[in-house]
Amino acid sequence: MTTTTERKERYLGDNPRFLAGLFMSPAVLYILALVGFPFVLAIVYAFTDISTGNPELDFVGWATFSRVLDDPVFREALWNTFLFAVIANVLVVVLATALAEILVRDFKGKWLVRFLVLLPWVAPVSLATITWLWTLDSIFSPIDWVLRQLGLITENMYWLGQPGTAMTSVIAVQTWRIVPLAAVIVMAGLIAIPGDITDAVAVDGAGFWRRMFQVTIPLLAPIIAVAVLFGVILTISDMSVVYVLTRGGPTNSTQVLSTWAFIKGIEGGALAQGAAVALFLLPVLIGITAVVLRLARRREVM
Amino acid sequence: MAVVEVRGLRKDFGDVTAVDGVDLQSEEGEFLVLLGPSGCGKTTLLRMIAGLEQPTEGEILLGGEDVSGLPPRARRIAMVFQSYALYPHMTVANNIAFPLKAQGMDPEERTKKVEWAAGLFGIERLLQRRPRQLSGGERQRVALARALVREPTVFLLDEPLSNLDAKLRAAARDDLMEFQRRIGITTIYVTHDQVEAMGMGDRIAVMNHGKVRQLGTPEDVYHHPADVFVAQFLGSPPMNLLETPTFVFGFRPEQFLPEGIAESEGTRVPFSFHVNRIEYLGSERYLYGYIREYDETRVIAMLPATVTLPVAIDQDHKFSVPKDQLRFFDLDDGRRIAPQTLMR
Repeated sequence: MTTTTERKERYLGDNPRFLAGLFMSPAVLYILALVGFPFVLAIVYAFTDISTGNPELDFVGWATFSRVLDDPVFREALWNTFLFAVIANVLVVVLATALAEILVRDFKGKWLVRFLVLLPWVAPVSLATITWLWTLDSIFSPIDWVLRQLGLITENMYWLGQPGTAMTSVIAVQTWRIVPLAAVIVMAGLIAIPGDITDAVAVDGAGFWRRMFQVTIPLLAPIIAVAVLFGVILTISDMSVVYVLTRGGPTNSTQVLSTWAFIKGIEGGALAQGAAVALFLLPVLIGITAVVLRLARRREVM
Repeated sequence: MAVVEVRGLRKDFGDVTAVDGVDLQSEEGEFLVLLGPSGCGKTTLLRMIAGLEQPTEGEILLGGEDVSGLPPRARRIAMVFQSYALYPHMTVANNIAFPLKAQGMDPEERTKKVEWAAGLFGIERLLQRRPRQLSGGERQRVALARALVREPTVFLLDEPLSNLDAKLRAAARDDLMEFQRRIGITTIYVTHDQVEAMGMGDRIAVMNHGKVRQLGTPEDVYHHPADVFVAQFLGSPPMNLLETPTFVFGFRPEQFLPEGIAESEGTRVPFSFHVNRIEYLGSERYLYGYIREYDETRVIAMLPATVTLPVAIDQDHKFSVPKDQLRFFDLDDGRRIAPQTLMR
């Protein structure tokens, strides 16, 4: 050690605890301001009858919650949220695993395919969804045009105008949006499987399907669980796809909890009820997170 | 008939040639070792025999049948990997049964075969465990059982001992040899460890830069190296090589002994050995120095502990080598040549 670096006293910058605190503080402040504060506010609001017309905090206990629960639209939104999350994520898992399997292969133009696959994820949600809104337009839909030219339909489908096709469309667009993220997560898992294992499977004489279902997927299970966790949280908490495409319509047939909370609380001005609907998601998400993380951990310690 | 035969085998990865025209034949029941430094192409050669890599050129024959284009499962080979590559989510029993399931064997017969293979390696009590609950040695046995259960015609092993610690390695080597002798299965074994190669191989193929430099018994490759690479790669310390204006000659450090100590049978060639440094290693002494006439090349002599003669540092000593232990190599290509006369 040279003499110039020999210092007797300790500076504040030598203290790892201080440095740790200093470096973490921006993230902590950010989370407190943009997540923590609104979250606490929502809990407070949910136990009052606050609205934009009457912005006073009058505590009413659980009364707001029971009013929300009595609303048939809320129950429909709850069921739709469930349907939406389950179907979209089943599709996401199947498509993402298949895509990841393709993406780890070596082929010409791989970078282009990777780029195209990631595109839905990097495009801003609202912009991407507006593109879909036009694609599914009741009069000018290019999908309808193609189907008409093929002679499969004679009249337009009105994708977003009928309950069944509206729900199908919303699920399809949400799946389209989340698949890239899940595919990248699963791909990371695939790359992490040692090459020796893949070689051993080949030497042991297993074909594609046996390798897929008896080795690859069991080894990927913890990673797939993480992808599902992200997918479920993203489908349940996201309102932009449904809001942009259908605003929950027609007649609430695609209404989900997140859109309902927004429509009730922000557009309808019933802040307390909006907060109560939004909080209703919280125990559900915490429950799902706990279950999936426990499953993932159990697979790991095998 | 050769169990495994490769003809003119070549493998390019882009601009890099990993295996460069290899011809090799293994005999029935033989333990053949592919030995070489890392990057010499020995693992690529093994993987091509297994069918895990497609050769750029050349043929691979198993039991006289050309299998060059066939996938691994169509060849009757088994392979044990460096990491053992056990399936972590399966029990030991299911690991061993996996190749049989892939064959479509019925469950009853499968159970019998698994028990038979487990019995061969003494791992019956481990059948319900998972790989992560096993020790390194146990994992190796499971990997061997899984490879053997299909009764392959050839057994390919890719540095299977390199993941074990030194103590376990000796025991595992013993196990492996014992088992190979008992089953009598043709084995090709890849290693960079010359001690393993010398101790286990019936024959050794010494490889460098994608080529087989020499194929022969351990005695052959040690005592009659085909070129300077083999001479220097084998032996620890390696063969001493000295350059004359017209050729290169060499001798093993253990053949280089002080005058008077060496048994005087046959003619000996004397050298004046200047000793710089002595390493005392218990069972032997290494003497580092140079020979007067070739003073730019370092020479090592290895004296067994039974030679207690004191050797002074920084002095010349009279040492000699038996004449029939001198090896001669071409100055340009390093190949072995006929004995030459040393001009003095």
